[in-house]
Parts: sequence; structure tokens; C-alpha cells
Amino acid sequence: MASAKEMKQVLFGPIFANNPIALQILGVCSALAVTSKLENTLVMCIALTFVIVLSNVSISIIRNHIPSSVRIIVQMTIIASLVIVVDQLLKAFAYEIAQELSVFVGLIITNCIVMGRAEAFAMKEKPGMAFLDGLGNGLGYSIVLLTVAFFRELFGSGSLFGMQIMPLVTEGGWYTPVGLLVLPPSAFFIIGGFIWVLRTFRTEQVEAKE
Amino acid sequence: MEHYISMFVRAVFIENLALSFFLGMCTFLAVSKKVTTAIGLGVAVVVVLGISVPVSNVVNTFVLSPGSLSWAGFPDADLSFLRFLTFIGIIAALVQILEMTLDKYLPALYNALGIFLPLITVNCAIFGGVLFMVERDYNFTESIVYGIGSGVGWALAITLLAAVREKLKYADIPDGLRGLGITFISTGLIGLGFMSFSGVSL
Repeated sequence: MASAKEMKQVLFGPIFANNPIALQILGVCSALAVTSKLENTLVMCIALTFVIVLSNVSISIIRNHIPSSVRIIVQMTIIASLVIVVDQLLKAFAYEIAQELSVFVGLIITNCIVMGRAEAFAMKEKPGMAFLDGLGNGLGYSIVLLTVAFFRELFGSGSLFGMQIMPLVTEGGWYTPVGLLVLPPSAFFIIGGFIWVLRTFRTEQVEAKE
Repeated sequence: MEHYISMFVRAVFIENLALSFFLGMCTFLAVSKKVTTAIGLGVAVVVVLGISVPVSNVVNTFVLSPGSLSWAGFPDADLSFLRFLTFIGIIAALVQILEMTLDKYLPALYNALGIFLPLITVNCAIFGGVLFMVERDYNFTESIVYGIGSGVGWALAITLLAAVREKLKYADIPDGLRGLGITFISTGLIGLGFMSFSGVSL
């Protein structure tokens, strides 16, 4: 078993030091469109973390039995089956959210973080470490998404988790919502800003001049 | 005919896969440093989307939808929960076939596309296009138009971004924003530009 220090590194590394979205450009695909409301984002984050943890663990358990020529297909099948489970669960217990997330739950399959961790980490390490790695990357992803959703919902519609925090002008309050934040492109601006803030504190992540 | 033209225009500009649904972002941001490679990847995406959306449509109509197996004597079967697994299989197989065909008959194009073809299997734009086709209940002809249209839209978006990034090389960007940060922000600006099409109705 690996030392406690290593385990900590594997779990917390992906959150800030090696964030999958901000540093490795992985997994931006499926989720930005769901960040206009915190509630949907939270469900999406839980779904992704669930899939990445379980796929990492199961791939790691059978890693010595997968022939390398068909490993991508094996990984894909495992991930796709897990996503089907998540999708059916959501449809059964949270139908309205499942309707709003529509195709984006299915798109977890092609989310590069899940594939990337399976290929880069779970194929080499023991199940315990793979579990921590999956959890860490899931949290790293969630933190970026939740930050984006927080700003978009708070300033775009003056609410958090559907609760009105700042009363809108249209309903007799004082807050004029920023219409831009409801539109899809605003997510890009917020992530751009997030990266800027992150790299101001962690200057080693700054990219070299071309 | 008009219906199909308006659908095409909508898929290219208004419902652009990359800019309004954020699909295929990983490759979109990673392979947009040069215009020529961006065009190569764009062409590959158009081809794969143009084939895989209609093929998935056929499979969905005759095998996966509830009640669609009645031709084989199973009118009550509902295999729709197998959609994700089947579609990802179809896409992976198509990309593989396309790769082998190009290698055999059009080696020049094969070499030009190079590593992009296998990358496309995990490109969310393809899978997203297929899922949108299912969700919106397109028929076969519509799915061809939608597949090609959304592919063209994606190719257009990545070419535009690559062109912007080539010019950005000469700009003096704050340290923390250099590279990825400024790319996100320029993508957002292009997306805003594309949103102005949303008022267009045909």
C-alpha cells in the first residue's frame, strides 16, 4: 500500500495543482451547457464523479487481463455501461432534471476526463489508488463547474439553487440581472477568468511564450 | 426542400455544436493552433458526422426504439436503454472502417488527416450529434441533412478559432491568460458573434 503522503497527492493533486479542466483541457465538452443552474450542475457533477470513480476502480481491477490491442473498446464498454446505469437512475428518481440535462448525461461517455484517467492511471495502478485518483479528478472537475454555475446563476438570475437571493427588478426588487450570463458564451469568459486567477497564484502553470 | 435548407442553416449557424452546445471542446481547443490542421480535422468531422448520424438513425428506427423490432417478431421489445452503448460502438466501428478505406484508396488524404481520425471516436461532437438526432426524432433524410450541417458548423467554428489564434501570437497577453485562458475567452467572443444568427428564421 502506498504511503499516506502519496495518497494525499493523488487525491488532492487534481483539484488545484493539476486541474483536469484548467490545465489539461480535458472534459470541457459535455458540461458547460448545463452550468446555467446550480442544481443541474450539481447533479451533473455527482453523475460524473460516480462514473469516473467506478470506471477507474473496475478497470484497475481487471487491468492485468485486458489485452492492450482492445483496451480502448473494453474501457469504452465499461464506461458506457456505467453511464447507462446513471441515466436510468436519473430517469427513475429525478425525471425533471434528467429532461433538462437531456443529452449531456449520455455525453459523459465521451468525456475525455473519464477516458483519460482510465487510460493514463487506472491501467497502471492498484484499485485503491485508482479510486482516490477518480475521486480527485471528479472533484477537480466539479469545483470548476460549480464555480461557473455559482456566478452564472447568482448574477444571471439572482438566485442560488432556485432560491431568490437578490430580488429582480421585474418582480419589484432592486437587482437588474446580467442577461449575458444566461447565454452560453458567458461560461467561456468565466472559465477564462478562473484560469487567470488560478495561474496568478500558481505561476508555474503559465504557458511559455511561442 | 425549404424545410431541409432551413434545417441545414439552423444546424450550421444557430445551433452550432461547438459554440452553443460546447460539444467537441477538448479537440476544439487542443487542435486549433494552426488553420491548416484545423481545416483537416473539420473535414474529418463533417465526413464522420455525415455518415454516423444517418447510420445510427437506421439502427435506432429498426432495432432500438420501443416497438421497432416488430419486423422480427418482437413487438413488445424495448431496447432503448442500449442506445448509448450501441451508438458509441457504431461510431468507433465507422471511424475504423473509414480509416482503413482511406488508407487503401486515398493515402494522400489519409496522411493529411493523420492522427485526427482515431481522435474523432472520442469527440463529443459526433456522439452529441447522434444523441440530438434521437432526441429530436429526425427521420432518415433529416438525419443526413442534420449530420452534414452540424459537421459543417463545427468545422467552420474550429477554422475561425484557429485563424484568431494565429493572429493572437503577436498580441501581448497577460501572463496568466496566455495560451488556454485567452483561447477560452476568444471562443466565447466567437460564440457571441454566432448568437446574432439566432434571430434568423427561414
